[in-house]
Amino acid sequence: MIKIAIFGFGAVGQGVAEVLLTKRDSLRRLIGDFKVVAVTDSRGGIVDENGVDLAKALEIKRKNKRLPEGITTLDVIESLDFDVCIEVTVTNIEHGEPGLTHIRECLKRGINVVTSNKGPLVVAYSKLADLADRNDAKLMFEATVGGAMPIIKLVKNDLAGNEIYAIKGILNGTCNYILSRMEKEKLSYDQILAEAKELGIAEADPTYDVEGIDAAAKLVIIANSLMGMNVKFDDVERVGITKITPEAFEVAMDKGYTIRLIAEVDRAEGVLRVSPRLIPIQHPLAISGTLNAALIKTDLAGDVVVVGKGAGSKETASAIVSDLVELYRC
Amino acid sequence: MLITIVVELKDQPGQLLKALEPISRFGGNIVSVYHQRDKITPLKRIPVEITIQIDEKRVNDLIEAIRKNGVIVRSYNEVRLTATTSLLLIGHIIHTDLGDTINRIDSTGFAEVVDMHISMPQLNQPSTAMVTISATNEEKLKRAIEILKNTCREKDITVIEPLELQ
Ligand SMILES: NC(=O)c1ccc[n+]([C@@H]2O[C@H](COP(=O)([O-])OP(=O)(O)OC[C@H]3O[C@@H](n4cnc5c(N)ncnc54)[C@H](OP(=O)(O)O)[C@@H]3O)[C@@H](O)[C@H]2O)c1
Repeated sequence: MIKIAIFGFGAVGQGVAEVLLTKRDSLRRLIGDFKVVAVTDSRGGIVDENGVDLAKALEIKRKNKRLPEGITTLDVIESLDFDVCIEVTVTNIEHGEPGLTHIRECLKRGINVVTSNKGPLVVAYSKLADLADRNDAKLMFEATVGGAMPIIKLVKNDLAGNEIYAIKGILNGTCNYILSRMEKEKLSYDQILAEAKELGIAEADPTYDVEGIDAAAKLVIIANSLMGMNVKFDDVERVGITKITPEAFEVAMDKGYTIRLIAEVDRAEGVLRVSPRLIPIQHPLAISGTLNAALIKTDLAGDVVVVGKGAGSKETASAIVSDLVELYRC
Repeated sequence: MLITIVVELKDQPGQLLKALEPISRFGGNIVSVYHQRDKITPLKRIPVEITIQIDEKRVNDLIEAIRKNGVIVRSYNEVRLTATTSLLLIGHIIHTDLGDTINRIDSTGFAEVVDMHISMPQLNQPSTAMVTISATNEEKLKRAIEILKNTCREKDITVIEPLELQ
């Protein structure tokens, strides 16, 4: 029986709970019997060694906006017996907390970790990877990059044995939505940003996305975990999309190009940057809407391209569940 | 266009001036002058490689004029620009001395701005330019792009680079 604890019960935490509920039978066939023994949010949680009633937990959270108080995530880690934690709390890329402490404390105890939280990995990837190794635990993080778009396990497993020369990708759906709408509608950045906010695609404060911070964080994770590099967030050369004009698209189009925000890491060239780039309109990275995409350049397989949904509660849950299956496949 | 001229000079004062003087007269810009002291000829002349930017139509007259000054012109060749790429600039491109921006590339001697397409929406609004740069090879093209990026950073112009250099 696999005992799971879910830390963080927002969009992603709830999405995971729903998938574990609705796909219980098919998942059991893949990984054997499992139960969720704890669910926590920022102010409390529910613990039940016999298995938390997830439908009820979802109902309580949705009705009261919070889980019952009186329990902290650290209490759960210190006192409860479980095999794997699903760490889906808020991201902080400066100090990584609270996720960094959650992940560290779990790995120390030999508990496997599956996370969608970029913060801890951006701040301390190599330390966490070491800690996992030393304690015979696994750290899985497919959901931190590209949402449902497979890339971490794709490179680690399916492209195993290849040398990865470079990865160039669209890693932020909000920016891609804004740019592809500017391309089609010939409207200003501000007009399209307002539209994106109304649709819930951009946050009220869009800085994190439009200045390329989110994409840079994902690029750091890619560089460190897939290309054996040891880089920090500040090493990323970063230019956002706020200065791009509708005329820029017109001039680019005349020459057969469009503009997209591209995160690029290239070992030999020493490139680590997020910046708007001219993309030939026929190029596989010239995608539209909130999609993410990545072009992986390898020695044996040549170029490999993946495209998929970069965010969303169900989509991110897909990546988390795939990590869970990878850990426990019968 | 960009050409290199190799002349042979006697090792005496004032020789170089004889070779350089006609260049400005014919509207050329000197990009670099390189004394190949390790290749001194049996007659003790020093080969000097001069790279200049000049109107294609005036090259023959220039060479003629240098020879008239009593300088031996050993060879002259167009510098072939084999690597080309286009970049997009967004910002106050005109007000920040466009001539200077272009000149920083053209004066390298290994790259030049070969095409430029500017779109200006309104006065005081940022304009957009598609700039095409050619260089002697891909390595030099990358250096030219770095120079352009640094120049544009100073001038608060956004540079959008191509995904790959073709
Ligand atoms: N949403 C996506 O599409 C997506 C995609 C990829 C990756 N991610 C990443 O996945 C993570 C979760 O995203 P989300 O969209 O679910 O965010 P969210 O809706 O804001 O949820 C964050 C959750 O973390 C909880 N939390 C904060 N501090 C905690 C603590 N000390 N202990 C336990 N829980 C704590 C919050 O509690 P309260 O409910 O009490 O506030 C909330 O439930 C983030 O790191 C995000 O960057 C999200």
